[in-house]
Amino acid sequence: MIRFENVGLRYGMGPEILRDISLQIPERSFQFLSGPSGAGKTTLLRLLFMSLKPTRGLITVFGKDRSRITRAELPYLRRRIGVVFQDFRLLDHMTTYENVALPLRVRGREESSYRTDVTELLKWVGLGERMHVLPPVLSGGEKQRTAIARALIEQPEILLADEPTGNVDPQLARRLLRLFIELNRLGTAVVIATHDLGLMEQVDARRLILADGRLDIYD
Amino acid sequence: MTELFTEPLEDEAAGNAEPQPRMQRRTAPIVPEQNIAGRALVSVIAIMTFLSCLAFGAVTLVRDTASVWENQISREATIQIKPADGLDMDKALGEAAQLASRMPGVTGTRIIDREATARLLEPWLGTGLNIDELPVPRLVIVTIDQANPPNFDALRTALASKIPGAALDDHRTWVDRLVAMARTTVTIGVAVLALMLVATVLTVVFATRGAMAGNGHIIEVLHFVGAEARFIARQFRRHFLVTGMKGAAAGGAAAVMVFVVFSWWASRNLATPQADQAAALFGNFAIGSAGYLGVILMVGLIGVLTAATSHVTVVAYLSDLDVRQTDGG
Repeated sequence: MIRFENVGLRYGMGPEILRDISLQIPERSFQFLSGPSGAGKTTLLRLLFMSLKPTRGLITVFGKDRSRITRAELPYLRRRIGVVFQDFRLLDHMTTYENVALPLRVRGREESSYRTDVTELLKWVGLGERMHVLPPVLSGGEKQRTAIARALIEQPEILLADEPTGNVDPQLARRLLRLFIELNRLGTAVVIATHDLGLMEQVDARRLILADGRLDIYD
Repeated sequence: MTELFTEPLEDEAAGNAEPQPRMQRRTAPIVPEQNIAGRALVSVIAIMTFLSCLAFGAVTLVRDTASVWENQISREATIQIKPADGLDMDKALGEAAQLASRMPGVTGTRIIDREATARLLEPWLGTGLNIDELPVPRLVIVTIDQANPPNFDALRTALASKIPGAALDDHRTWVDRLVAMARTTVTIGVAVLALMLVATVLTVVFATRGAMAGNGHIIEVLHFVGAEARFIARQFRRHFLVTGMKGAAAGGAAAVMVFVVFSWWASRNLATPQADQAAALFGNFAIGSAGYLGVILMVGLIGVLTAATSHVTVVAYLSDLDVRQTDGG
């Protein structure tokens, strides 16, 4: 689905943060993206999400050359990718329900057409009781699950999660991991960026390890 | 979608509970209602609109007054006949009136009779004056067709040859001075109005951008959940159009209120010395329909300007977002 060939990225005139990255995210795959802090995990996720352009190399997203994707096409491709940001990026003036429904709302869908889906998804992630609460009163874990639900509502083909267990206790982390595995079982490719070794040890999955700007893949 | 939800998180007791009935809450707008920056924007827009409308009102007032001065004075000319030995004043007045009324461009003549002349001199000479005892010059008022004024030089020559002691005053010196003064005043007023409008535009633009600065995260989230640029721009445009209109309407309404209060004051104090003074200077102290129309236009313009600024800011932010190179993690 997403393919990198000798991708390199530098910010401005600085050194290359990512060097000669070649990887492939196949359909229905499950992988961890790991590496020490500052290794470029978020940058790599942003390249996957097309919020950054590589300074060299070739990226193909859903069969399209990244460098040829126009700005007008981007929203449609992004709808096929779900992203859970490290800092959640929830809108504080909207309830949990409204935050999760946002991707559908921006597509111009009527509320009546998605109400059941959003409610069920919120129940599924354990937020059935917190549906009409504003993000500032949610706990870290609840925010995390809201962000995950928002990324899933459109049933993306691929889910990118940046440190999804960074703000939660180990028990909730395990629960969230189960959620991701369940999602993957249902057909979504999953990329989880984390430096939590304990989390990775719980699943026998592909690992992409970033170090010094280079990527090592352990299948 | 239902397939996805068949197996909820098993140890999430709370999650399986029935959701509380949904509160009757209107769906939150994509752009939040008002924050401090938004309220400040409304105030700034209201104040600037108020000042611009006042400036506009003042310019229309001066312009109308200036044209009234010009018209009233140039509508008339005066023939003055000085008494001289052996001059039959009444005959001379009749002749002058006749001569003038024959000129093309003259619509009428009126001889100021004895009583009227006495009244004119009353402030200086008191009442009970016998005008015949004094060598007082007499006047003939010549009414002029403004669209087609007579040849004053020809009239002056004709008068001089026929009636000794007759002089024509076409008020040209006065008119020229007043016209020059009025034009200067209007030019200054228009310049002030132009400056005021530029200041308003800049203030509105900067205040809108300030209010937009706090919305960067919203644009970003919308962008990342797959909203099209035109959807995001439309949301902000609509929000800021309403915000701008609210402020502009408040400012415009305040300005109209000031106009109305002044008109009311002027009409209430009609025939009092203060009002006479104001009327002498400004004519009828009332803002015409052009003034009110200007206020409406101003309100619309400022609303559109606010919306356009937010649109441009959103578009710039979005194009920046796709090329922005922030620090990686």
